[in-house]
Formats: sequence, C-alpha cells, structure tokens
Amino acid sequence: MEYVNPLTGFRLDGRRPNEMRQIRGEIGVVAKADGSALFEMGNTKVIAAVYGPREVRNKGQQINNQALVRCEYGMANFSTGDRRRKPKGDRRSTEISLVIRQTMEACILTHLMPHSQIDIFVQVLQADGGTRSACINAATLALADAGIPMRDIVTSCSAGYLCSTPLLDLNYVEDSAGGPDVTVGILAKMDKVTLLQMDAKLPMDIFENVMQLAIEGCKAVAHYIREVLLEHTKQLECHRGA
Amino acid sequence: MRDLQLSLNQTQRVRLQAALQQLQDLASQAAGSSSVTIADTIPVNNEDGILKGHGTSELDGQVVATLCGVVERVNKLVYVRALRARYKPEVGDIIVGRVIEIAPKRWRLEINFSQDAVLMLSSMNLPDGIQRRRTAVDELNMRTIFEENDVVCAEVRGFQHDGSLHLQARSQKYGKLERGQLLTVPAYLVKRRKQHFHHLEQYCVDLILGCNGFIWVGEHLETGENNMLEDREKRPETSKSNMIHEEQEQTFTPLEVRQHICRIANAVRLLAALGFILTVESIVDTAEASASSNIEIKDMLGPEFYVQTVEREVQRRILLSRKRV
Repeated sequence: MEYVNPLTGFRLDGRRPNEMRQIRGEIGVVAKADGSALFEMGNTKVIAAVYGPREVRNKGQQINNQALVRCEYGMANFSTGDRRRKPKGDRRSTEISLVIRQTMEACILTHLMPHSQIDIFVQVLQADGGTRSACINAATLALADAGIPMRDIVTSCSAGYLCSTPLLDLNYVEDSAGGPDVTVGILAKMDKVTLLQMDAKLPMDIFENVMQLAIEGCKAVAHYIREVLLEHTKQLECHRGA
Repeated sequence: MRDLQLSLNQTQRVRLQAALQQLQDLASQAAGSSSVTIADTIPVNNEDGILKGHGTSELDGQVVATLCGVVERVNKLVYVRALRARYKPEVGDIIVGRVIEIAPKRWRLEINFSQDAVLMLSSMNLPDGIQRRRTAVDELNMRTIFEENDVVCAEVRGFQHDGSLHLQARSQKYGKLERGQLLTVPAYLVKRRKQHFHHLEQYCVDLILGCNGFIWVGEHLETGENNMLEDREKRPETSKSNMIHEEQEQTFTPLEVRQHICRIANAVRLLAALGFILTVESIVDTAEASASSNIEIKDMLGPEFYVQTVEREVQRRILLSRKRV
C-alpha cells in the first residue's frame, strides 16, 4: 500500500511528510476539576483533568518531601472503530499511564508540595493515532490550568518511517502499517528529551532523522500551547480586574 | 464560562462580545500587569540583586516563571501570582471548612489547600463555655460538637511541622455554621480584607467570605452564649417528641429569608463563574439589580442576567477609571 504517493509526495490524508495534523487546545472543560483541558490532534481527541495538590488518600504512599503524582489513562468505549470492552486496566493502558506519569513527574516541581497528591486523569474520546502524545499535551495544559508549578512545558509528538520517508504525526492507518513509530516528549525551552519510545526497528542514521523530525513537531506544539496558555491567563486577569 | 452552560441567542451573544471587548480594552489601558506562562523569561535588571520569589526559578542565569500568572514586583522581590491555584494560607486568615474526619483529640477539615487542616479539641470552646482542661469524656463527646460533613468557620493559627494548617475557633463568631449554603469559588477571587463576616441587614443574611474560597451564605443567627444555655435548660423539661416539634416551630427559617439566601448565593455563583472579584458590595449590587429587574431567583444564572451583569461591571469599571484619572 502506498502511504506516500511517489508522484505527488502526498500522504493518504493529503499531508506532506513533514506536516502535522491540525491541533486545537481548550482549557477549563471539566468544571469540578482543579485544572482541565481538551486537546485535539487531527481526529484524536483527549480530555485531561487534574486534581491537586490535595491530601494523600492512601497514607502508606505518602512521600515526606515531595508530592505524589498519580496518573490514569483510559480510552472511552466509543473512542475506537470497534467498541472496546475494557476501558482501563488492560496492559496497554497501564503502560501508557506509567509513561505519562513519569513524563509529567519529571517536570512538576514536586518538592514544593510535600505531603500531597496530584492526580492526572486522561481519557481518550476519539482515537486516531498519536493518543500518547495528545495525552501528554493535554496533561500539560491541565497542570498549567491548575496552577501547579512546572519546570517547563512538556510536549510530545510522534513520527514514523514508511516508504523510505520520515513521516511526522502518524494517524491510525499509517500507525497500523507496521512500520516504526517513534514518540518523543521534550521540555520545550530547556531542549531536553523526557520521553523516547519506539516500536519496530530502525537503522541508527534514519532513527536520528526521524527523531529530529519528531522534535520539531514537539516544538511547534509547544509554541501553540504557550499561546493558548498566555491567552487564557490574560483573559482571567482581565476579568478579575483590579 | 466554566460552570454555567448558557445558550445565548444572537443579540445576547453580540452584547456579550461587545461587553467583553470593552473589559479587555479597559484592562489593556490600565496596563502595568504582564502575564507570563511557564518557562517564560521575566525581564529583570541583573545588577539590582533581585530576589526571586514564588513561581520563579533560575535557568542559565535568567529568571524563568514556573507558573502561569501575572508578574508582581515589590521593591527587589519579583514573583509570579498564579490565578487558578489552590489557596495560599497565611496566619490569621478566616476560613470556612468541612469536617472530613474525627481523629483523637482533633477534627480534620477539608479546606481548599494541598493538605487537610487540623482543628484541635483544645482550640475549640466547649458547649458549657467553661475554660477547663479537656478530659477523656470530652474526647468521647467530640461528635456532639462537630460531626462529619459539618461546616465550620475558624481562623488559621499557624502551620504544623509537615506544612498542614493548625486552626482555632475560640471566639463566638467561629464554630459550626448551620441553616445556609456553602459555595465553592476559586480562591483568587476572595481578597484579604479587614472584615470577612458580613451581616446583610436588609436580607437578614450572614455572609462569610472565607479566604480559601469557601463562601457561606446563611440565615443570620444571634451570636452569644445565651442561646446555648437556654436550649440546654429546655431539654430536660419537655419530652422528646414535644421538644422536636417546638424546636422546629421556634427555629423554622421563614420563606422570605430562604429566598434572600438563594438570591445572594446565586449572585455569588454568577460572579464566580464570570471571574469577577468577590466583594460584599458587588454581591449585594448584583442581588439588588436582579431584584429590581424582576428577574426570578432561578433565572439569575440564565443568559439574560449573565449579559446584564457583564454590562453593569463594564460601566462600573469605566466609572472607576474616570475617578482615578
């Protein structure tokens, strides 16, 4: 199957190999949560809700000098083509929960909130490839909305290699082609990588190209996220008044 | 905005857009405030020996924000004031909380903070009002003072070693709050003032603006030890069933006061949803405006009054800015 048209160079959905899907972020979608956000990358829609910092429920897990970060990833039953039977608790969800937790914990300044707990709940409403990245971006927006101090904005994007071309931001069809899928998460301003995952195999030099492409995608997302946050902060401050 | 799901018709939408645009213009005229997001560099003159306060950190010799908020400068201190964060306590704050748990010799209250607050039995007045050492019997009778899910008003006495709050409720105006509503608003909308207890005479309503964002609107009860002693004298005299009826008749909240409570509570909800700072004046103004426009209490959270409130706020800020100039 030709994922990249040899004549025109377009992909299956009409994008160029180095083009991302359209992204959209909205803050404040869950009223009761301390912070919440909706993030869309093309057809992938994800909601993140953050509760915290609040009292630790399970005293046994309390950490004395920093906050405990918990994360739960779930996919809605209706998010994929065939109705899912188990929204949480299956191995893929547990793995992605762990990945998101480690990524966000690296950037939250947990030592400022000892003896407390921060809960991040991420749910996929529509899955069309790149759910991991969309979840991390949504979690960043939600944490910023909740006023939790962070080192930097964490963004994530995925890239792959099909038909001898590095492709940015794979959708579901391209992802299920069986080619390599590299997911990168970076701290945008500090230019550090916090998440790097790949499945399938790639030679080293091609891997470098694909990773570089994903990092550029992350930077573009970071630019957008920063604008959304700035706009939201200005609006809140303007409403609040003197 | 966040909590209210409104369906505005076309005219209301246009009016709302115009009013919000005017608010933004006023805000940008006032200027002075600079908003930052996470990892934004804060412009700082390095020779001045700047102190880096809350919400900032150092990166490559530059001062960088760790929160989304507004940069505030006080002499040599530079810090970022976050907007929608949890409550930041200070000693002496008046707060309203809900009892979650009864622990040995203390109650744990949920306030809008990263940990639960602790109210010791010794920081609470006993029902008989005598100042004495708390005995084991007092400890067993803690449930008669506060139970789980009771709403309590207290003052911050200090911080414990693990960072949680230590409260005290020794005065008559603190203690259990009954006959009213508890509302939760973002903590940044309640500013610290000299007075947090307000008695709205024309409505017979008590309004307590807790610094942690918990607002209490309730029937005005006369504070004083007289009430407590009277009740205790009456109890052994009358039989149980009679007493319940009598108490209910004597202490029944009249319908009009209940309506006033609901009106004030809806005014608070509306202002919190709009993101305007909560002051007694603004709450009472909103309630009066709704009464004078003949808007039903249940319609106060509807689209029409929503748009009217934004327009009134715009007018108020224009007047304020003219006075300053």
